[in-house]
Amino acid sequence: MKRLDQGGPGTHVQPIPTELLTINIGPAHPATHGTLRLQLQLDGETIVNCGAEIGYLHRGYEKQAESTFYQLVIPYAERLNYMGPVNNSNAWCHACEQLLGIEVPARAQALRVITSEMGRIIDHAVCIGTNLVDIGALTNFWYMYNYREKIYDLYEELTGARMMVNYPRIGGVAMDAPDGWFESLIKVIDEMGEAVGDVRSLVERNRIFMDRTIGVGAITKELAIQHSVTGPCLRAAGIPYDVRKAQPYWGYEKYDFDIPTGEGGDTYDRTIVRFREMEQSVRIIKQAVASIPGGPVMVDDHLVALPPKDKVYNTMEGLINHFKLIMHGIRPPKGEIYSATEGGCGELGFYIVSDGSPSAWRVRIRPPCFANYSVFPKIITGGMVADAVAALGSINVIAGELDR
Amino acid sequence: MGLESSVNQPFLATRLDEVINWGRKYSMWPMPFGTACCAIEFMGVVSGRFDVSRFGAELVRFSPRQADLLLVMGTITQKQAPVLKQIYDQMPDPKWVVSMGACASSGGFYDNYSVVQGIDEIIPVDVYVAGCPPRPENVLGAIVKIMEKISTEKAADWR
Amino acid sequence: MNESDILARVKERFGARVLAEYTFRGQTAVTIAPETLRELLLFLRDDQETQMDWLMDVGGVDYLGYGSDEDERDWRFEVAYQLYSMGKNHRFRVKVAVRDETVEIPSVWDLWAIANWEEREVWDMFGIRFTGHPNLRRILCHDEFVGHALRKDYPINKRQKLSQPSEMILCEKVEWA
Repeated sequence: MKRLDQGGPGTHVQPIPTELLTINIGPAHPATHGTLRLQLQLDGETIVNCGAEIGYLHRGYEKQAESTFYQLVIPYAERLNYMGPVNNSNAWCHACEQLLGIEVPARAQALRVITSEMGRIIDHAVCIGTNLVDIGALTNFWYMYNYREKIYDLYEELTGARMMVNYPRIGGVAMDAPDGWFESLIKVIDEMGEAVGDVRSLVERNRIFMDRTIGVGAITKELAIQHSVTGPCLRAAGIPYDVRKAQPYWGYEKYDFDIPTGEGGDTYDRTIVRFREMEQSVRIIKQAVASIPGGPVMVDDHLVALPPKDKVYNTMEGLINHFKLIMHGIRPPKGEIYSATEGGCGELGFYIVSDGSPSAWRVRIRPPCFANYSVFPKIITGGMVADAVAALGSINVIAGELDR
Repeated sequence: MGLESSVNQPFLATRLDEVINWGRKYSMWPMPFGTACCAIEFMGVVSGRFDVSRFGAELVRFSPRQADLLLVMGTITQKQAPVLKQIYDQMPDPKWVVSMGACASSGGFYDNYSVVQGIDEIIPVDVYVAGCPPRPENVLGAIVKIMEKISTEKAADWR
Repeated sequence: MNESDILARVKERFGARVLAEYTFRGQTAVTIAPETLRELLLFLRDDQETQMDWLMDVGGVDYLGYGSDEDERDWRFEVAYQLYSMGKNHRFRVKVAVRDETVEIPSVWDLWAIANWEEREVWDMFGIRFTGHPNLRRILCHDEFVGHALRKDYPINKRQKLSQPSEMILCEKVEWA
């Protein structure tokens, strides 16, 4: 059917002149997923101008990280991106290790890869689920969330906590996987693959979904470069940049996986790229489990790693090492480092300036969401309010990371 | 009792506040004021496994004017505080407040310039939930606590 | 081209205008004065050898009381620009020496749009001003906030009075670019 402006039926209807209307969305609004504030200037239902205000979840992370020991920052880092928490604490430990110049044992690297990819899966699962809820498809959220719960169970078995697991340590990971954990992991991600396939088949060729998302909120390549957009949003625009491939860490170069890309960079592409990334994460986990090396999960360095408990209680050196690490902390050399890893939403960078003391002089986080969200006012201008909601969900803005 | 024969309908005698409290406590309409990590756990509370609808509180309203249970989930910053106050003021009486998680209850481990050290600096709180983030069972426990509180309310105290 | 080659190339081109150079764990950086900033960033972006087309991050550092006497810095702040080249897959860091808060840095928001928000954040957290920035407002802290939180002389838990519900900021005033 021809649209009105293409000379279809109803062409004779004259547009009604309207006054510009200014509306405020957020900070407490179901579509803003927490704490964003948008101001839109509307002509009818079309957005002609948009202003975005952030900072409603500014928790002073950077100041907090400057005033506490390196190893005590791990829980703070985890709460940056609460959709896939382990990715961030892994990244923080990785940055500290780069600063210290130490290499993590191979088994710990593989465990980090596995937990990070699990984090990526649950991040994308909830992002897709909530985005579809915003568009009007409630069912998928329950599918996705059930499997998020199953991944939570695995985390719980591994670490004792559901969500904020505090798993990595500087120099390795806190504990090895329990018996039978890898088998249940493989079982869950196989089931998860089916659920993802179900949801994907529900939305991928769905007429309503396609109409709501194709061409909506497109981030072009030029815009992406201008705003340093990274992660799935960038890959949907057709630029295959992924830190895991470009500058591999934790042995990502050993694993065989693809970087899914889109073409138009619109909401539809972003959703599909996330679906395909989940499949790639499943692939990586399977390879990592199949090839997991043996050995310790913590670096053998008494200046970094806590000694095992039997040494602490039975030997003098162990007790002193433990005391020194807890009371005086880890002391990296004077220097500065920028360490980038691929978080759930894009390049997660930590810029650490050390003065040789046990707490960082300055910690600067490069949050992927900050850059991704800065492009948002541009991409929704000219569209409808409902399109803005669809685009916002697909960018996956995590306020904890956006505002730190 | 003999009274049925005169009104021709079966009936039950109870106190007004009992029946109203009974109705209220199994039909709470929560307003999720989710700002951070705890909001993700609240998604777990409303979804399949934990299923808050067993307690009659699944009708999540995003408008404070249609809600009687304010769930504050996540860190409240200095910038956010007036927004929270405004939302609380917009809710009609009777209303109850659950402060979910360490950040909302006490500021959590964010003892710094931008975080409000507990929402009780701004609004009254009925139930505090410990945890960072609390497990979904804890949140259900808080809802049960609110139910107990509702069942003790007296008609004389209604505003 | 690895990072030390970039450093050599920058030194060859800018000579004495490079105030300090820096290599640590394979990462390199140069410190320059604010007036050199735009020229250096443009050079790194447009040079065929470096092609630093991505500005990944901008972050301030306050060196008040840093280290001990051997620290040769005679400036208080630095603003670090993390550059990345997607084509060449290498990174480089440019740091601007800012003597104190009276010194202004030229804004680069017209070269990279992301710098708009990043520079607002540096202003909010450190009180460093950017010349030519279209909309230098606070971004993370509330508008009534006094002082700059990430400066070393700002106590971590010095809280200020709660902000009032802000008036609607009319869209015309909210500039984005």
